Amino acid sequence: MTENAAAKPGANTNPAAGLKTAALYAAVIAALFLLQFALPEYHRLSVTRIMILAVFAIGYNVLFGYTGLLSLGHAMFFGAGLYAAGLSAYHLGWSVPLAFAAGVAAGALLALLVGCVALRTTGVSFMIVTLMFAQVAYLATLYFTGYTRGDEGLVLPQSSRSFYFFGALVDLTDPATRYNLSLLLLGIALAVVHRLVRSRSGRAMLAIRENEPRAQMLGYNTFAVKLQALVISGALSATAGAAYALLFAYIGSSFTTIQYSIDALLYTLLGGPGTLLGPVFGAFLMFYLVDIASQYTSAYLLVTGCALILLVLYFPAGIVGTIKRRWLPWLP
Amino acid sequence: MVALAAPATPVASATERLLSARRLSKSFGGVRAVCEVDFDLQRGEIRALIGPNGAGKTTFVSLLCGRIRANAGTVEFCGDDITALPVHRRVRRGIAYTFQITSIFPNLTVLENVAIAAQNRFRADHFDARSEFDPGATLRRVGLEDAALRRAGALAYGHQRLLEAAMGLALNPRLLIFDEPTQGLSDGEIQRFCDLVVEANRSATILLIEHNMPVVMALAQRITVFDRGSVLAEGTPRDIQRNAAVQTAYLGA
Repeated sequence: MTENAAAKPGANTNPAAGLKTAALYAAVIAALFLLQFALPEYHRLSVTRIMILAVFAIGYNVLFGYTGLLSLGHAMFFGAGLYAAGLSAYHLGWSVPLAFAAGVAAGALLALLVGCVALRTTGVSFMIVTLMFAQVAYLATLYFTGYTRGDEGLVLPQSSRSFYFFGALVDLTDPATRYNLSLLLLGIALAVVHRLVRSRSGRAMLAIRENEPRAQMLGYNTFAVKLQALVISGALSATAGAAYALLFAYIGSSFTTIQYSIDALLYTLLGGPGTLLGPVFGAFLMFYLVDIASQYTSAYLLVTGCALILLVLYFPAGIVGTIKRRWLPWLP
Repeated sequence: MVALAAPATPVASATERLLSARRLSKSFGGVRAVCEVDFDLQRGEIRALIGPNGAGKTTFVSLLCGRIRANAGTVEFCGDDITALPVHRRVRRGIAYTFQITSIFPNLTVLENVAIAAQNRFRADHFDARSEFDPGATLRRVGLEDAALRRAGALAYGHQRLLEAAMGLALNPRLLIFDEPTQGLSDGEIQRFCDLVVEANRSATILLIEHNMPVVMALAQRITVFDRGSVLAEGTPRDIQRNAAVQTAYLGA
């Protein structure tokens, strides 16, 4: 797309709201930064994972929340990042930054290819087609078990547990390093999507979500806009996958199962589709809901299911989405 | 009700043809909705398209703006054959269509609706549209400047119709197609809409599908009558009023 000129003034130029959102981001990032000093080891690791999963959900939200396309196959993009990063580090001995870049690129490329086919459909067909592609991806990780070790998975070698960044050694076995790298990625993902939804492309995505025939009739090539959204969404999801592989040094087929596609959807729905912080809150809430419930009962899915029903009843637009709608319309 | 001096501009000469359709046809299953229609629009005119329900008027303009693909025939716009172009390419060449059933972005603000329409002007294939855009001015043209920050879906119906028109205007089109714009509007709103059409006509050619005869008579320089997928008659409002075939089609034999 040729979106070079700066966004025109007009929509979303309320400076007070801009200031408030900037303050809110700063507060969220600062709170997460300070949290690491208060948390015990177990929860620090959990939050590290959650922040990576939040990046995944933020990526999912670009397509679902902002463009209005419900995918049931985003685990394949998470998996593309995971496997491209993990396999290149394991088999080719690529350094961490290089493997990470390979992961992000793989997700974007896969999204481009899948999008060219899947975006010819909409609605339920789109859900089915993305689900099928994701299933193919999952089966591929089992089929090429010689490289991937399938379900059993691979543990990344010691050589890919650290890297030099401008001469400074970054040790990925250090929990504090992992935590702050996750936080950095989360901050970057938020900034990227914040910019995106305020750009012309972002507004075109909103237009498609709201009324695709109208967007077409205003001169938008809606296929191209949707493809762009899917590639950005896939790249962000793959970023999360690549980070997961490299931070926790393990890759396996379970990360490409439908469970992960559904998780991304649930985090987004729970937090609020089409809000920037919604997927982040959703990931936190869902993760801890499962975590706490499973300490008391093996039927923890029943507990989370009931919690979800309550949320849908009382927060139909997700938590952040409902807060935004009822009380704080300036929320990003 | 519609107190408008009929625009007295003479119809432009044939050399200033803006759009022409030749043998344009569209069938849905066995139903021939539009059948080998020849149609010309002159640059700068206001043309009304009238005809009984189901005559194929909406299908016909949908073929012009590319919302529906024709089975046969050609469409030329500004001298170029646009028959094969998808809808968004036609919009970028300067054809704007406002929907019969109000079609806006209900969850976005009025201002955002217009901004989304206008931001594509920078990609327009016809350069006169690539001017600086002032959304406030466009909203003033339709009288919605005070509603700029309201959610579009919360507007009254008549105001939604005006917003729909504003989105068409924001594209700065060469040809603006209105599909039954006054349907469901009050008399006062209809008057306001007629003023808007006259004002928009200073920069754009207007093609208007309309059932409200006083509106048609007040605005149109020429009228094309559709019946059963074909052009039944075409001429000045006076010609059409006196045309026996038109009276038969409308009033029954």
